[in-house]
Amino acid sequence: MMMEISATRRIVNGFMLTLSGVCTVLVVSVLFFILGYLLLHGASSLNWDFFTKLPKPSGETGGGMANAIVGSGKVLLMATVIGVPIGFMAGVYLAEYSGKTFAFAIRYVVDLLNGVPSIVIGIVAYALVVRPMRHFSALAGGTALGIMMIPIAVRTTEEFLRAVPTNIREGAMALGATKATTIFTVVIPAAISGLTSGMMLNLARVAGETAPLLFTALGNQFWSSGWLAPIATLPVMIYNYATAPEDDLHQQAWAAGFVLLTLVLIINVTARLIIASGPAAQRR
Amino acid sequence: MSSHMLWKATSAVAIVNFAAMLASAAVQMTAAGATFPAPIYQKWFNDYQSIGNVQINYQANGSGGGIKGVTEGTVDFGASDAILSKEQLEAFKAKNGGHTLLTFPTVLGAVVPSYNIPGITAELNFTGPILADIFLGKIKKWNDPALAKVNAGVKLPDLDIVVLHRSDGSGTTFCFTDYLSKVSPEWEKQVGRNASVSWPVGLGASKNDGVAGLLKQQVGAVGYLELIYAVKNHLAYGKVQNADGEFVKADLKTVSAAAAASKGGAADTQLSITNTAGKGVYPISTFTWLLVPDTFKDAEKAAAIKGFLKWAVTKGQEQAESLDYARLPLVMAQEVEKRIALIK
Amino acid sequence: MAATSYIAETLGRRTNRGFFARLRGGDEISYLVTLASTVSILLIVGLIVFELWANSRPTFKAFGFGFLTSSAWDPNADKYGALPFIYGTCVTSFVGMLIAVPLGLAASIFLAEMAPPKLSNFLTFLIELLAAVPSVIYGLIGIFILVPAIRTYLVPPLKAAFGYLPIFEGTFYGLSFLSAGIVLSVMVVPFIISVSREVLMAVPVEQREAALALGATKWETTWDIVLPNASTGIFGSIFLALARALGETMAVTMVIGNAPRISASLLSPGYSIAAVIANEFAEANGDLYISSLIFMALVLFGLTIVINAVARIFIMTTQGKGI
Repeated sequence: MMMEISATRRIVNGFMLTLSGVCTVLVVSVLFFILGYLLLHGASSLNWDFFTKLPKPSGETGGGMANAIVGSGKVLLMATVIGVPIGFMAGVYLAEYSGKTFAFAIRYVVDLLNGVPSIVIGIVAYALVVRPMRHFSALAGGTALGIMMIPIAVRTTEEFLRAVPTNIREGAMALGATKATTIFTVVIPAAISGLTSGMMLNLARVAGETAPLLFTALGNQFWSSGWLAPIATLPVMIYNYATAPEDDLHQQAWAAGFVLLTLVLIINVTARLIIASGPAAQRR
Repeated sequence: MSSHMLWKATSAVAIVNFAAMLASAAVQMTAAGATFPAPIYQKWFNDYQSIGNVQINYQANGSGGGIKGVTEGTVDFGASDAILSKEQLEAFKAKNGGHTLLTFPTVLGAVVPSYNIPGITAELNFTGPILADIFLGKIKKWNDPALAKVNAGVKLPDLDIVVLHRSDGSGTTFCFTDYLSKVSPEWEKQVGRNASVSWPVGLGASKNDGVAGLLKQQVGAVGYLELIYAVKNHLAYGKVQNADGEFVKADLKTVSAAAAASKGGAADTQLSITNTAGKGVYPISTFTWLLVPDTFKDAEKAAAIKGFLKWAVTKGQEQAESLDYARLPLVMAQEVEKRIALIK
Repeated sequence: MAATSYIAETLGRRTNRGFFARLRGGDEISYLVTLASTVSILLIVGLIVFELWANSRPTFKAFGFGFLTSSAWDPNADKYGALPFIYGTCVTSFVGMLIAVPLGLAASIFLAEMAPPKLSNFLTFLIELLAAVPSVIYGLIGIFILVPAIRTYLVPPLKAAFGYLPIFEGTFYGLSFLSAGIVLSVMVVPFIISVSREVLMAVPVEQREAALALGATKWETTWDIVLPNASTGIFGSIFLALARALGETMAVTMVIGNAPRISASLLSPGYSIAAVIANEFAEANGDLYISSLIFMALVLFGLTIVINAVARIFIMTTQGKGI
């Protein structure tokens, strides 16, 4: 027996479902909105100067962010060198060696680290690196960002290593490989696309971080040589220029924002596509 | 990222790094501090690069940042327009093995009351007590009778006053609150003078740049800025009544008059020149100082900073005027030169 | 425990296979290196907690827990109180969640229940990209686009309709709790959508079919059957988003007004814990000043830990996955 759906119920149904659709469209449109504005204000101020010149003293126009772009690259490189190996190895430990209770404790602590606000990590890096060394440096900035990279490195590694089917491992061990050899020559390569994309997402996440760099890397109007000198980075420059009064600097802030966002989004999209087409997805 | 790309990227960074190292065979120093003199310091450091073969990276994060940086030794020297307290000087001694922090005045500048009132192009007059009351939140509208009284002839609108102040530790704040404390007992009691105070009302912005930026956007706003920031950004600023009763506009002449009129002024102590009595004196004027430790571990750095200081108080003074900073009185400049010898 | 038995095994067989032979085999090293990395992470976290704790002691000694309820913030007089910042952090996060939760929930319902799979995946992909946008860029958009827009289009009608309410009292200067709350809502909505959608999709299809068979409309099925089933997971996503909002620094600093003030009105400028640390840490000198900032950092840290833990519990319960 088919029940008649009353008009009210039908109206409510249609209304609510349309409303939810509208909300979705609203949220998605924010993304296009942001991209659109950055494109509008930023792309037009992108010129050769922006990528090649150093910042000019205040009041003089022209000037660019060449040192900040390279600076961000250096700090991120340092962060990867500090954060990824530790996170990766710990992930291997969790996936391959540890027992249940210890693993629970570790995962809890790693989650704790993930939840630390980035500004707090900046404070700790200042206390641990900047103050004892008595200068601001790319090293300090890299340390702060590296610590932020650890939790995601651990989780990604563990997740993708666990996803490798046991029969691959058993096969290798049956052929006489030691556990270590199995892990490093068989399991990890099997998970490599997931691991790489996970690291890319990790990198994209810290690439935009500003707060931890405020009192670790500080800033520099010139090229920063070596790893022990203060260094200019894109996010900090955006912050400084956005709050400055000169319109010229606002333009540069938009341009820098555009460059930063484009890079972050490209890395994100590439990483996700790799995951989506990788073996883990195919096995699903 | 494929390992090949990673290798390429790493080598690119290594090459740039190496090139930067070669290019900067110059002595490299880091300095931090006041935004008040940042325009002239940046110009000086930029020009001095080729003269003295020293690259000074100046990060203007407020006088507070300069004081902290030089005290903790995270920067080579600092800049501040806030007058250091005994505690701060002691703190430096304690954290730096008994060494002394030397203060060297470099230029003079003015703190101006800047405002954003659409339709008002005339220069408004402010008295000390009026400014204090505005920043205390007691005068809330632009057409308040007190303001109207000193601005006869100007039609002030019925607009809310939006007070802007610094949210970071600032020498500009120090100078301004020092002045307000001298002209308003209520201000002195309630708020006092310091680089960072508990503001009764208003929005906060970071650095002189931030206040200027906010002023531009916020209709009805009033804020205190270093002169050049108001000029550069075409912000209106008013005249302030000095101790002699005249309404004076800040410029090179009136600021220099303030320095000349103040008695005392040896170069070895930080002197406050706000609200000095005298004709044509701009009452919210201040020196700005470089904070330099008296000992450097690195002999090259010591030599570099000594060379720079010498240049700054002689040749550099000419450039100061082009950016609306007043030169040091000659006597003071000579004393500074003598004190440079104290740096080892 | 697999770990200890493994150690026992390998070390126990010391006499059977030479130490160096096993070393060459790589097992010892691999095990020790990975273990060392894990332990070092534990040490790093311990170090963070220790640094925060040790450096807040001066403030704790001077003010005790009264620090958390005092609203003085006077570096001149060396008197500090965290209340305005805790208030600001809570208010902006609350406003952010108030906007983001209904919006996010509605969108996740659409994506989980209504949209065809391909469209759903594509739209979710785009929404998750929103989560990747750096905070400083939200701040940039906040200052130049959002705040003027709120000032011109949102506040006048709001004040006209609700101006008598204490939360909409006073003049609006642009930088305010409201602006910060709105920016935060945009930043956390992707988290809510992403997790809620997964949780909703995990509700067994039989439940839906049963409801539909009984004559419920699609909406009724969703509201009365699917949502309650997924509620724990959805709460989890909300807490996750909340933890993110509490710690957000740059976007909030750029639009909140930097005024350490407690005000009932959302239109008033304010301050948050993360924002005051970003603005004042670089120049705080004076032990009490620094340690007050660090004490607040500790408070923030504690808050985010608790909320993250709650979120995890909620999400774990729903998904029933192993810990």
